[in-house]
Amino acid sequence: MAFNKLINSKKILSLFAMLTLFGTNVLMAAQEAAADATTAATSQSGDKPDVWTGVFYYVLLFFIVCIIVAVIGKILKVYDLTQQIQRKKPLNWNNVMGVLFAIFLILGAIGTYWSFTVHGKMTLPDATSLHGVKIDTMFTVTTVITLIVFIITQILLFTFAFKYRGSDKRKATYYPHNNTIEAVWTIVPAIVLTVLVVFGFTTWQKITNSVDAKDEPASIDIDITGHQFAWELRYPGTDGKLGKMKYTLVTPSNKVGVDFKDKYSFDDLVADTLVLPVNKSIRLNIHSQDIIHSVYMPHFRVQLNAVPGLPTFFKFTPTLTTRQMKAKEGNPKFEYLLYCNKICGGGHYNMQKVVVVVTEAEYQKWLASQKPYLNEQLKKDLKLADATQVSGEENNKLASNN
Amino acid sequence: MSTLSVQDHGVHHDEHGHEHHHDTFLSKYIFSMDHKMIAKQFLITGILMAVVAMILSILFRIQLAYPDKAFPLMEVLLGRFAPGGLMDPNFYLSLVTIHGTIMVFFVLTAGLSGTFSNLLIPLQVGARDMASPFMNMLSYWFFFLASVIMLGSFFVEKGPAGPGWTIYPPLSALPKAMPGSDMGMTLWLISMVLFVASSLMGGINYVSTVLNMRTKGMDLWKMPLTVWAFFLTAICGVLAFPVLVAGVVLLIFDRSFGTSFYLSDIVLGGVPQSFEGGSPILFQHLFWFLGHPEVYIVIMPALGISSEIIATNSRKPIFGYHAMVYSLIGITVLSFIVWGHHMFVTGMNPFLGGVFMITTLIIAVPSAVKTFNYLATLWRGNIRFTPAMLFAIGLVSFFISGGLTGIFLGNAALDINLHDTYFVVAHFHLVMGSAAIFGMLAGVYHWFPKMFGRLMDERLGYLHFWLTFAGAYLVFFPMHFMGLDGVPRRYYAFTEFESMERWLSVNVFITWAAIIAGLAQVAFLFNFFYSIFFGKRSPQNPWNSTTLEWTAPVEHYHGNWIGEIPTVYRWPYDYSKPGHDEDFIPQTVPFSETMSSNLPHDFEDNPVGLEEYNKWTSAQKSNEEVK
Repeated sequence: MAFNKLINSKKILSLFAMLTLFGTNVLMAAQEAAADATTAATSQSGDKPDVWTGVFYYVLLFFIVCIIVAVIGKILKVYDLTQQIQRKKPLNWNNVMGVLFAIFLILGAIGTYWSFTVHGKMTLPDATSLHGVKIDTMFTVTTVITLIVFIITQILLFTFAFKYRGSDKRKATYYPHNNTIEAVWTIVPAIVLTVLVVFGFTTWQKITNSVDAKDEPASIDIDITGHQFAWELRYPGTDGKLGKMKYTLVTPSNKVGVDFKDKYSFDDLVADTLVLPVNKSIRLNIHSQDIIHSVYMPHFRVQLNAVPGLPTFFKFTPTLTTRQMKAKEGNPKFEYLLYCNKICGGGHYNMQKVVVVVTEAEYQKWLASQKPYLNEQLKKDLKLADATQVSGEENNKLASNN
Repeated sequence: MSTLSVQDHGVHHDEHGHEHHHDTFLSKYIFSMDHKMIAKQFLITGILMAVVAMILSILFRIQLAYPDKAFPLMEVLLGRFAPGGLMDPNFYLSLVTIHGTIMVFFVLTAGLSGTFSNLLIPLQVGARDMASPFMNMLSYWFFFLASVIMLGSFFVEKGPAGPGWTIYPPLSALPKAMPGSDMGMTLWLISMVLFVASSLMGGINYVSTVLNMRTKGMDLWKMPLTVWAFFLTAICGVLAFPVLVAGVVLLIFDRSFGTSFYLSDIVLGGVPQSFEGGSPILFQHLFWFLGHPEVYIVIMPALGISSEIIATNSRKPIFGYHAMVYSLIGITVLSFIVWGHHMFVTGMNPFLGGVFMITTLIIAVPSAVKTFNYLATLWRGNIRFTPAMLFAIGLVSFFISGGLTGIFLGNAALDINLHDTYFVVAHFHLVMGSAAIFGMLAGVYHWFPKMFGRLMDERLGYLHFWLTFAGAYLVFFPMHFMGLDGVPRRYYAFTEFESMERWLSVNVFITWAAIIAGLAQVAFLFNFFYSIFFGKRSPQNPWNSTTLEWTAPVEHYHGNWIGEIPTVYRWPYDYSKPGHDEDFIPQTVPFSETMSSNLPHDFEDNPVGLEEYNKWTSAQKSNEEVK
């Protein structure tokens, strides 16, 4: 019977050989045909055969792989049957799988190490903001703890799979429960997590409880407004205060809707790049005009969503200038970036702003060269807008009187 | 008619068997009220949906690996969504959205719970069918309709929904904001309402069946962990899904009737809109109130399935059965008070974020207990590597790898920088994506004989497992580091950022790993569909398992058992009990038949049995003394 099977498998083998031959022939023919077609009719319909030859090639390749798998399967079956006929033990799949788990553990360990060293080096540099350093410490602690657990549990899992692979000679140990052990591995994770929670909670509170204290010098207020798919920046003028905004006041010239009834708004400045002075506390006021965006500055460990109707702010202090970072990273092209990190439509993948951190002197110089938000066009429009507003109000009054 | 006799405990069973000759094709295969057939319907629909969602993921992976390359084939397949062979950015987002939606809801909720709760709850608790077979049938057909509508959204002019599977308004509320918020979004919402109706009908059925229809002797503490998991999952679903409907209905109002539940202060195309007073964050609260329990709705059945499979194939009782149940209960309860960890950086009150951080990290404790118990179950086992067992072990591995990164993301301070990056993608694809799909596949391999009366090919199963297992790690492991480099998810291309371009080579690697893992599923699909018709015939209890479903005949009867429903005498994990000649004792074997293997522990709440046991042991002792 096994013999029959062997013959059978030979047939399959020859069939396979024929198929591959046939397949390559067809492929060659198809490619030639395609080449002919493209040379004959260069621009008319050259695309279509091209499209399908590639597909055909891959499908054929996959088909061949399937056949090889099938042939190997058959060979294994035949081997099994001949072993049985010769009264030898058939292939023990439990052993094969157990060994594969052991191999997977070793390869997995190598792969993980490789990934950590190669990909790990490609991750973000150390935080360049005051609070970011705390986050980094927290991250390191968590990484160490989880890595220990990761390594131990995965090793246990795969070595158990290898070591206790089934055999007819053994019987498993009947061991339904052990209250002490269970208590231990409930309490130990609970303690570790409590430590992480307390550590995390205090860090989080420190980062987010960031209203300026009384004796603290006031942070530099900067407004950032997101809309599909760009960011608008507004800096305060000499008074150090930003004017109020109202979304109903948005016009083509008043892009973020600054309310010029507010006296602080007249000297506000508009900027293209987010320029920040180093070692100064920055208060970034985050707004959105249309949908939810997210202000993400990974180097500073800053992220907060920009939600329409819910202005938020994030306070942080950059600690290294762009120039210092370029030197530190050894990358003359290095730039701090701010980009959108909440799905916001087709242009989501390219909604960025360059952030430049400079010294205080450079900052003041830069600030002096920025244009006022209240430009000529806006001044002209504003008078008009004021006029219409007044008449609008009068109309309302009339309406309510009626 | 059959529903009536289903409730009986086998008094009228003789007539019952004959009724089946009257089954028409329509009543047997289409509008079936038999839980086993409905399970198969759920499974096959779920598998087809999974294939679709997987193909979608391969499409967007190709885009990520080769952002600048034109594929003429793409234009042939996708038409206007890939003009010139380059994928449209909006369509990319639609692909991501529909991939997520289908995988989370249609595959891992309906496909997983729908299949195995339906198949196993009645069979494992000893019931003739679900509490309400008609509602069960409706549950499937609502699900089917939802699937059709979801897939149908590919054929509307502006393409399917695109604001991500979490559909945050205002993006999803303003049709002008993106093409994917137009008709496609409407269809998405309709589909989800139907889907929730389906899962509610299913869930109510599961809960009532478990509570009311257990066979004699099957008290709650004798239920297999699968049933416990399905039961708690159903409770989760029944409590959480209605909240999603509330959220979705309000969104429909905002979209179509001009209300402002979620909208405020919006300027579109330079024109201020009239919406006022709403809050986009409100939607996120409603969504994640479902969304987080949903994650556990996805993973708990998979954990239940793997508990059962690991115990059966290690030939050992599951370690710490009570602890396993209590941790499932713990997870269920806690899952309702952790939703805010998805919203740390929304601008929500930071104190609230702190509270959610505490509850989130607490939920890691029961998860850790479960993992350790799995390991302890494997320890000194006699492991039989069936494909189901391989997938169950794979699940544990993924659950560890993905669960640990949850400790990072659950920490509000760390989440600031990791939120919405590839780190998150890697985390949830391992812990609830891969782990849950492995649970589902393990279940399919394990209970295939119960469903179809035939066995699947083991060797193809092995091939399938190793390619998928290695593939999933190769795909998702490098993503952690992309996230740590601040690469955001849902980016159409990394070409616009110099700092991200170096990740392109990694993207190519990931894409090829994904393609190979995707092709490996062909081994499963072939194995599955071939074995339905031509597989080796299965014996009644192919895995030497203890649970009730294997006492039912291989042939399917509407009513499951011919004759009386078996009575249950013991817990479901008496594997390799010392003193017994076989390495398993089915739940239906009374202790009186296994005197040599009984332990005092077996009679904890049974004083009469304990007395008998003591008598027997003292008799044995005196006998030995005589010898």
